[in-house]
Amino acid sequence: MAVVLVDAGGTNIGSVRYALQRLGVDAALTADAAAIRAADKVILPGVGAAGPGMARLRESGLVDLLRSLTQPVLGVCLGMQLLCAHSEEGDTACLGLIDAPVRRFAERPGLRVPHMGWNGLSVRREHPLLAGLAEGEQAYFVHSYAVPAGEWTLAAAEYGGPFSAVVACGNFHGMQFHPERSAAVGAKLLKNFLEL
Amino acid sequence: MLSRRIIPCLDVRDGQVVKGVRFRDHVAMGGIVDLALRYRDEGADELVFYDITASPEGRSVDRGWVEKVARVIDIPFCVAGGIRSVDEARAVLHAGADKVSVNSPALERPELVDELAAAFGVQCVVVGVDSLRDADGEWRVRQYTGDPSKTRALPRRTLDWVAEAQRRGAGEIVLNCMGSDGVRQGYDLAQLKAVRAICRVPLVASGGAGTPEHFRDAFRDADVDGALAASVFHSGAIAIPGLKRYLREQGVAVRIA
Repeated sequence: MAVVLVDAGGTNIGSVRYALQRLGVDAALTADAAAIRAADKVILPGVGAAGPGMARLRESGLVDLLRSLTQPVLGVCLGMQLLCAHSEEGDTACLGLIDAPVRRFAERPGLRVPHMGWNGLSVRREHPLLAGLAEGEQAYFVHSYAVPAGEWTLAAAEYGGPFSAVVACGNFHGMQFHPERSAAVGAKLLKNFLEL
Repeated sequence: MLSRRIIPCLDVRDGQVVKGVRFRDHVAMGGIVDLALRYRDEGADELVFYDITASPEGRSVDRGWVEKVARVIDIPFCVAGGIRSVDEARAVLHAGADKVSVNSPALERPELVDELAAAFGVQCVVVGVDSLRDADGEWRVRQYTGDPSKTRALPRRTLDWVAEAQRRGAGEIVLNCMGSDGVRQGYDLAQLKAVRAICRVPLVASGGAGTPEHFRDAFRDADVDGALAASVFHSGAIAIPGLKRYLREQGVAVRIA
């Protein structure tokens, strides 16, 4: 199985790659359109801000390519937000593959931003991506912007209200947390993606 | 609900994990990767690796072990010690660290915090603060604490520095209360509460953990997001699974692995 990690120049792609290696999959890091198109699975990682993230995809000529993919695609953290319609972060138009907004957490006493740490997942919709996930199992989050809960939500988490932890629309999927840093729960969900 | 984090801190010197008492007299505790794996298996929520010799010696963190840790560990980890530029931080993040923590270099040049936040986002930027109460009753920051002969007391008030660090883009504050560090008499709750009151980003308590009750008090009374400790974990005096069961019984939200 060919798995590619889309490398548009963001940081910390290594840890996703190592997580896949622990599952026995050697994913290629690439910005090459032909390699991405030919892959069985495509992962769009990402750390940083939405504006620069989209700019890097544009500069790499990957925007239309990503929109045209038909194999399973997984966006992780910022990568998931880039799959959405629009982000409040820098007022950024994103890829529009999942018709959801990305909004900043509203800071208030006791609600620290960024949302950083382990939080429980609550299944909203049965999906093969969530196979074997028990109610309340925790994953590691670190982010200041989030996708509200909606029809795209497979699993939600709570932080001053529910937000999307796992999303899907057709062949496009997203995880707001870092599966590569979410111990056994993260490994299980990554494995589920590889088996879609 | 967001869980409170238990964070073992591994002080690294010359490729070994060490721990001193009141920042002095360091003794070797074991290999980095072995200890990291042990804590992961026991249910640590996050790890901090702190190169205690990097800043006093004016050099950056040795990166070899960062990638080794990133390959085997599937929980988040932060690297601290002598990171003084965006390029150095990038190398550590590319090697697989999730966050970088800056302390002495940020006191030398506070703009470093702005630069790191602009380059990587605030979620990657931790500001570590070593703080001690002076004779006049004020908490003030200390610099170069990895080497007692080079440690400097600064005129900067701890509360002022925490406020400034947040303005500049710190995504998390680790407050190391040096007066209580290494002696296991409990976290400095008065200082933690004072910092919590002005800290809008996650706050991690450091220095003084000796019993499970100390962790409970830091979470319940000082409302910290994480509690960091070293010697009680390295020595086996507190085992993380038992600590988390205790905290859950006490009404603290934790992750039971």
